[in-house]
Amino acid sequence: MAEPHKKAEKIVPASSLTPDKIHTWPFLVRNEFIMGVVTLIAVTVWSILIDAPLESPANPARTPNPSKAPWYFLGLQEMLVYFDPWMAGVVLPSLIIVGLMMIPYVDLNPKGSGYYTFRERKFAVSVFCFGFLILWIFLIFVGVFLRGPGWNFFAPWQEWDPHKVVALTNVDLNMFLAQHLGIDMLRDTVVQAVFGTALIGAYYSLIGVFWKWKSKTIEALQELGVIRYGIVAFLFLTMMALPIKMVLRWTLNIKYIVKFPWIGLNI
Amino acid sequence: MRTLVDWLDERLQIREIKVALFDRKIPKGVGWIYTLGSLSLGIFLLQSVTGILLAMNYSPSPQFAYESVSYITHQVTLGNIVRGLHKWGASAMVLIVTLHMIRVYFMGSYKYPRELSWVVGVFIWLIVMGFGFTGYLLPWDQKGYWATMVGTTIAEQAPLVGPALAKLLRGGDTLGTVTLTRFYAIHVLVLPALVLTLIALHLFFVVRQGISAPPERDKPDGPHA
Repeated sequence: MAEPHKKAEKIVPASSLTPDKIHTWPFLVRNEFIMGVVTLIAVTVWSILIDAPLESPANPARTPNPSKAPWYFLGLQEMLVYFDPWMAGVVLPSLIIVGLMMIPYVDLNPKGSGYYTFRERKFAVSVFCFGFLILWIFLIFVGVFLRGPGWNFFAPWQEWDPHKVVALTNVDLNMFLAQHLGIDMLRDTVVQAVFGTALIGAYYSLIGVFWKWKSKTIEALQELGVIRYGIVAFLFLTMMALPIKMVLRWTLNIKYIVKFPWIGLNI
Repeated sequence: MRTLVDWLDERLQIREIKVALFDRKIPKGVGWIYTLGSLSLGIFLLQSVTGILLAMNYSPSPQFAYESVSYITHQVTLGNIVRGLHKWGASAMVLIVTLHMIRVYFMGSYKYPRELSWVVGVFIWLIVMGFGFTGYLLPWDQKGYWATMVGTTIAEQAPLVGPALAKLLRGGDTLGTVTLTRFYAIHVLVLPALVLTLIALHLFFVVRQGISAPPERDKPDGPHA
């Protein structure tokens, strides 16, 4: 296990008064005040110019199509396209929250503490850029601007046609393989469950394979230790499952990798 | 004024608080992006004030909720703007808190010894989302009603605890009167209490530890190397 506290001597206690330090007042407080005023003015002008939306009164008998959540939840709602609700709405958000909280405990790199650097923390910065900025903001963008009735794709300039019907041609992976590779065995429910489980198992076994392959040569991995590494790798692969499923859906119309009809779980 | 401060200081040592907050030493070169945290607090204050003003005229029942929001919008003096500030302020809140988080991530400010500030920050971010989720239903319009339907249906799918959780949120099997009062209570009582506690903790950590230092040109490893 790595020793997380050995970098303690690098941190200067807040109370130490070195010449390269300044007082909060007025230097920071002044900026904070200016930012506060500017933001307040911006929000006020926005509120005067654009009325807060108020739709017709709630009517439990009439479902709007589409019913969209506030923009900051649309990434979540968009994930529902690629995963079942228990996964997209429960498991993945929980992992996002847990993953975020784990960050300080799995990122032991003492460099880049308090200043921006890409060179010294390539992995940390790249993962965040991909997982948060690209993936999350992209999903919100799709949800806000590209989704219309039936949660179908619509270009922002296209008129929403509630009668647009997209042929449901989504197939599950086992059926896709059975059809294209001629392995009829995969059509069987039990066989596909075993096959799909093995596939997912193989995907997550990459964690161990990469450790075996690189832990001797990459110093950061040794410092991380096997448990922290395992957590990071698990979260990383789970995150990557989303773009993988998105690409599978968009290119091959694949819906599920594996189904467990006995307990109603599909992945 | 001076005597009043002296009087209070003698009893409560209030000057120590001033010293702790304003005579704090922070690293040189702290720029505009370091104001996102206090800006989040500022937006929170805006949401509190506008929220209280809205609560003065709002009625959390399916019969009157929509009507009261409509009344606020059309009849109450400046009601339209107060509601607008609260509505758009919510988006601004999510945006600024998220930007603050991005800043902290990219500058590695969550690292030792500031892990706890980050963890508390994630909880605050979660509560901000909770504010958004519960507040969306309150106007009792089509958008809010059905977005809540989608949200609580998702919660229902959670393994094991799902149905119980959805029932707890809705206050029953269907989305109705109890859901609205429940969401209102969560929005104006539970979440503010939680978030105030966590903000106090978050600020305590920041003031106690000092904010993390930006880089220096002649020291490639940062100012602490």
